[in-house]
Amino acid sequence: MTEFLQQLLNGLSLGAIYALIALGYTMVYGVLRFINFAHSDVFMVGSFIGYYVGHHVPENTVWGGLVVLFVAMAGCALLGMIIERLAYRPLRGAATLNVLITAIGVSLLLEYSGQVFFGATPRTFPSVFPSTNFTLGTLVISSNQVVVIAVATLLMVVLELIVFRTKIGTAMRAVSLNPKAAQLVGVNIDVVISFTFGLGSALAAAGGVLYALNYPSIDPLMGVMPGLKAFVAAVLGGIGNIPGAALGGLLLGTVETFVNGSQWSTYKDAIAFAILIIILLFRPAGLLGKASVEKV
Amino acid sequence: MKTPALLLALVACTLSLSNGLAARAAEPIKLGEYASLTGKEAGFGQTSHHGVVLALEEINAAGGVLGRPLELAFEDNQTKPGESATVVKKLISRDKVVALIGEVSSGRSLEAAPIAQAAHIPMVAPAATNPKVTQTGSYIFRVCFIDPFQGTVMAKFAKNDLKAKKVAILSSVSNAYSLGLAKFFKETFTAGGGEVTEEKNFSEGDKDFRAQLTAVKSAGVDAVFVPGYYTESALIVRQARDLGITIPFFGGDGWEDEQLLKIGGEALNGCYYSTHFSAENTDPIVAQFAAKYKARWNGEVPGAFSALGYDAVYVIADAIKRAGGTDGPKLRDALAATKDFPGVSGVTTIDKDRNASKAATIIALKDGKALFFKTVAP
Repeated sequence: MTEFLQQLLNGLSLGAIYALIALGYTMVYGVLRFINFAHSDVFMVGSFIGYYVGHHVPENTVWGGLVVLFVAMAGCALLGMIIERLAYRPLRGAATLNVLITAIGVSLLLEYSGQVFFGATPRTFPSVFPSTNFTLGTLVISSNQVVVIAVATLLMVVLELIVFRTKIGTAMRAVSLNPKAAQLVGVNIDVVISFTFGLGSALAAAGGVLYALNYPSIDPLMGVMPGLKAFVAAVLGGIGNIPGAALGGLLLGTVETFVNGSQWSTYKDAIAFAILIIILLFRPAGLLGKASVEKV
Repeated sequence: MKTPALLLALVACTLSLSNGLAARAAEPIKLGEYASLTGKEAGFGQTSHHGVVLALEEINAAGGVLGRPLELAFEDNQTKPGESATVVKKLISRDKVVALIGEVSSGRSLEAAPIAQAAHIPMVAPAATNPKVTQTGSYIFRVCFIDPFQGTVMAKFAKNDLKAKKVAILSSVSNAYSLGLAKFFKETFTAGGGEVTEEKNFSEGDKDFRAQLTAVKSAGVDAVFVPGYYTESALIVRQARDLGITIPFFGGDGWEDEQLLKIGGEALNGCYYSTHFSAENTDPIVAQFAAKYKARWNGEVPGAFSALGYDAVYVIADAIKRAGGTDGPKLRDALAATKDFPGVSGVTTIDKDRNASKAATIIALKDGKALFFKTVAP
């Protein structure tokens, strides 16, 4: 029983990070109907910003950790908006395939510029948040896992509030439903799309910092695998659907962890992806991907 | 007017001829090195490269080999699978190297070995410990011990020093070195009456090991054997401590790198690994090498792969001397006949399977430092 609970906790903290990245994929898809493949590399840049800022704040303090998190999120929000302005906006209205290829190009550009600027050698991420272990009976909870789950939950709630309770959120939903009609009623579509990219990239940066806190070895290609899994999580939950992305991330993280802890650990990715295929066979639109659900 | 001009021409002719002869006599001997200078296992390539360069500079300062200087052509495989084959092809066909040095990793050595074998260019692996590497063919050598020995050493260490009866193994499925070492360890450990109760796998590049570790924790073992490379191994031990697992973790020479201590830090207290060399060894040969190495590389302390890279160059230079040239088959025969060659990582004798048999050093980790624990003779 302890083992089950421990694995569940491990799975949830991994899944929370997948969920944060998946939200960025899903939001951009919701608004622009294309997969932003550069998203996983924004995640990487986020953890590198965290790495550099982390060396300038006192280690093991809550406010130091929050500063790192905030600077990384702000930096990546800016990066996301710049990417959108330079790479995607000129292609608005072009065929989806063109935008998709551009996204792959931006992704490779970020990865390999990362190798030039940061170097290809893995770096050790500083421990910016205070870290201790809590024991609950035989269950061991590390403070980093608590931080990951808490920050991820908080950010998802904030996102939900932005999308459903603010003016810009309403505009985002309007653009998602029908861009032309939204424009006709006076929504500035450029601002909305720019905002969406900024928001998604900030979440990716938060994911990057939280990931690096838990797995403190970072390198310019670190985004590839988590990015792929987060994309799968977004599809699993129903792409374009915000609660779906969160659910998909948590589910994928948990399944992966349970398979990893069993005697089939060799096949962990195979089994995780097989489950994905089975779910999509029965629910092609993803777990929560119904037409009636609001898309962003 | 005619005679002086003719004379001048003659003098010029002779001069250029003698110049040509001198140039030919001093034509450099080209050695090729491929290593992971960047990427996930950059530590392996950088330390072995530093050893190689130091040895080469020393040999050249002492007048070279057969009166010719040694020249190094080196390529970085970026720790990427598949890249070693490409760069070794380039070293052989474009740089026309007469011998190859590489690699520290068994997996990447296995990629390059068939190409060296087909081109009849002798290859000397400094630290590839998987037996399959030299089984590729008659041109592939190594100057280090092999994993059946390393596995045996660690199995005996677990039984006698750690007093472990039940052990868990965490190995990397995508790594020939890791799987081989896990297998050899298990064979000796179970033959000695021990029990391997839990075997879990991970893949290269994985970052999350909490699931496997949670399973290991509930299995109630005395120690955990992690035959992986340093990046993953350090993360494994850190996450284990986070989960409240306090038993010793121990590994093989793949743990050997500064990054292990940087990432793992104090979580590694009470952990051990086996390797080829320790700079703390008081043998005068080692002390002298360590001093020269530190002077050359800004105070960097030589690791096992520095020593093995250094020895690999000297073994090749010695073989070229005995072969009297750089012709592939002759150089191969001379390398195969290497006997009692004194190196900084121990005495090298190449056996009939083109392996060296050397003592293993066990390192204990404490407070972010790698301390000499003991040496186990072959």
